[in-house]
Amino acid sequence: MPIEILMPALSPTMEEGTLSKWVKNEGDTVKSGDVIAEIETDKATMEVEAVDEGVIGKILIPAGTEGVKVNTAIAVLLQDGESADAMAAPKAAEKQAEAAAPKVEEAEKPTEQGSASAPVPAAPKGEIAADPDIPAGTEMVPTTVREALRDAMAEEMRRDDDVFVMGEEVAEYQGAYKITQGLLQEFGARRVIDTPITEHGFAGVGVGAAMTGLKPIVEFMTFNFAMQAIDQIINSAAKTLYMSGGQMGAPIVFRGPNGAAARVAAQHSQCYAAWYSHIPGLKVVMPYTAADAKGLLKAAIRDPNPVIFLENEILYGQSFDVPKMDDFVLPIGKARVHKKGNDATVVSFGIGMTYAIKAIAELEKDGIDVELIDLRTIRPMDLPTIIESVRKTGRLVVVEEGYPQSSVGTEIATRVMQQAFDYLDAPILTIAGKDVPMPYAANLEKLALPNVGEVVQAVKTVCYK
Amino acid sequence: MAPRKTASTSSRKTAAKPAKKDFTGGTIADFSKEDDLKAYREMLLIRRFEEKAGQLYGMGFIGGFCHLYIGQEAVVVGMQLALKEGDQVITGYRDHGHMLACGMSARGVMAELTGRRGGLSKGKGGSMHMFSKEKHFYGGHGIVGAQVSLGTGLAFANKYRGNDNVSLAYFGDGAANQGQVYESFNMAALWKLPVIYIIENNRYAMGTAVSRASAQTDFSQRGASFNIPGFQVDGMDVRAVKAAADEAVEHCRSGKGPIILEMQTYRYRGHSMSDPAKYRSKDEVQKMRSEHDPIEQVRARLLENKWASEDDLKQIDKDVRDIVADSADFAQADPEPDASELYTDILL
Ligand SMILES: Cc1ncc(C[n+]2csc(CCOP(=O)(O)OP(=O)(O)O)c2C)c(N)n1
Ligand SMILES: [Mg+2]
Repeated sequence: MPIEILMPALSPTMEEGTLSKWVKNEGDTVKSGDVIAEIETDKATMEVEAVDEGVIGKILIPAGTEGVKVNTAIAVLLQDGESADAMAAPKAAEKQAEAAAPKVEEAEKPTEQGSASAPVPAAPKGEIAADPDIPAGTEMVPTTVREALRDAMAEEMRRDDDVFVMGEEVAEYQGAYKITQGLLQEFGARRVIDTPITEHGFAGVGVGAAMTGLKPIVEFMTFNFAMQAIDQIINSAAKTLYMSGGQMGAPIVFRGPNGAAARVAAQHSQCYAAWYSHIPGLKVVMPYTAADAKGLLKAAIRDPNPVIFLENEILYGQSFDVPKMDDFVLPIGKARVHKKGNDATVVSFGIGMTYAIKAIAELEKDGIDVELIDLRTIRPMDLPTIIESVRKTGRLVVVEEGYPQSSVGTEIATRVMQQAFDYLDAPILTIAGKDVPMPYAANLEKLALPNVGEVVQAVKTVCYK
Repeated sequence: MAPRKTASTSSRKTAAKPAKKDFTGGTIADFSKEDDLKAYREMLLIRRFEEKAGQLYGMGFIGGFCHLYIGQEAVVVGMQLALKEGDQVITGYRDHGHMLACGMSARGVMAELTGRRGGLSKGKGGSMHMFSKEKHFYGGHGIVGAQVSLGTGLAFANKYRGNDNVSLAYFGDGAANQGQVYESFNMAALWKLPVIYIIENNRYAMGTAVSRASAQTDFSQRGASFNIPGFQVDGMDVRAVKAAADEAVEHCRSGKGPIILEMQTYRYRGHSMSDPAKYRSKDEVQKMRSEHDPIEQVRARLLENKWASEDDLKQIDKDVRDIVADSADFAQADPEPDASELYTDILL
């Protein structure tokens, strides 16, 4: 039977790609392992290798076709003695038409990173309330979180020779998640430094350099690997200022993707917001939008203290408006009212915002007008903004992806209970990831993460609806 | 590395002789017909299995990270030939080959890759996290270098219990730079723990060539300051691996403490499924494939020695393909874990 060669998924999050080139042609014999075509994903050009042996009978998707969905038949491979006529032509043609058809549902997709399995809601459609830190009338440029982070580092490196970036694959490979793309080319190997896989060591090297006044940006390939380095982060970076009686500190940024990506299982999927927020001597930032990513990363680099900067792989490809300003720096420690509302307050941060945004859109249909606050900084925490909102709404729900015990949500709940008890009309509810290590199976992973329905339900509960 | 000719004597006995003093890692074990046929079959199973896994990944049946072992098959197959019941194996995330070589079922591994209930971890671990108490396989670890200390702990347990089992801790050239590796080396040497550190030097750690990350690129010497003996081995020749394994196992079993084997090998595919591998030339990969392929070496030898005909080999190919196809069918048809599994296996 002729074998259909299908468009492969070549990254954890790929759903479609461009078939850029056919390396083999109709009639060519291929062995398993031979490169037959090249496809482009969002991040890279990848080679498609033959799995089976045979002769390429027919190419179904011509080179140059964009938006070819994963699993579309792209060619037919003939086995010993088969002829091209033996092919199930109608079926193939049907699939081809399908692949070439315009993709209307594309707009619904959260991001090119968004995977079929991770239940991440789509990008916001509603208006984002104006950030008072951005002057009215500023020109806005759609920018991905990935680009915003890169731009922030590049701008700060241009401005200050003491700023440098180090980490695994940050230089020649251009970043494991392409956040440091182009930095080596602009700033050279003195300031964009590939390290061995030695997190504890290079975190310590970074802190030592920072103690002399340099301003390192230490990238962890993901924050899961920062656990190798957590002693240097906490015992050295966070405590030196105090232990030295104020003589020296560590102006350093530790940054990288944090939290669950898609289907990478227990050791690669955890949120460290609550962990680091426990530590005096650290600042902890976790942006959601590209504008916040840029403005806050610039602030973190300039900050004389150690800053933990928690990004998210699933957000990297999302686009947001970023103000076009010469020097756009946002204050660390200030929450942003994402949407004004009167009936209930929802506080979230980072990827938690994606659930919250979808939920409040649904709640609006039910006539519940939610005020959504993006915390942006976990430590120091902008409690006044939350309390001001709770005084108005009397109801509070906190949403995050991390574990439920000793979470950011429980911390907020405690403090609001202590400082605004009289204003509360309902117990505060916290939505978090489930109290389990992240499972690999697609169905269980979905269950382990928070979902929009839970947020909607929680808001209805605090509103007694 | 043209296949070296060896006489066909009853090899297993020869190879199991006590370690020679002049062990250099450059020895070639005398392989009998049975040895070569077994090695061929086992390596082919890993290769075909990995190709199928790559295919299923492409079709979206496998998610997340998936690191293929293609090209490195001789290392684990050669090492495994030297072990006895009870010896333990532990490795990182590039673990499918190790599990197949340990005798874990192809169905169990493949169904774990697709996240189904029949997987070795009930679908909860995925590609990087599988274990088998029965086969003494201790995972399957996603944190680079962590398995080195764990593997040292397995050896500690053997010594504590007073048995003569050895532990095999596999790790990469990149992992060899992690601090806990050296902390482990020191303890293992200090306490004479029966652990074989197998550094699978495939020349790259993700996109970083060895020379860009390592001050000492001779990994066999990484234990020098702890007086741990170490040897470089042609990891593309299963006979060289087997010879080194025999001697290393003997060294450990006889109470002499840890030993390091640097396996010089090569991965043909990208680091994981999403790595375009721009950091090396296609020629480099092609050269390794056409001149040093571990499976082709055995195949050529089998034919040359007339130990197998083309037809015999075709039959083996078919058997292996059947096992792999069966595992893939199972892994696609098996249901996902029951939702109640979310909350099981967290605490006892
Ligand atoms: C502590 C830690 N840091 C970084 C990573 C990300 N990472 C996964 S594999 C890898 C490269 C390891 O290379 P090597 O040890 O040579 O093994 P190979 O992949 O070549 O088998 C890196 C950096 C990780 N999983 N754990
Ligand atoms: Mg390597």
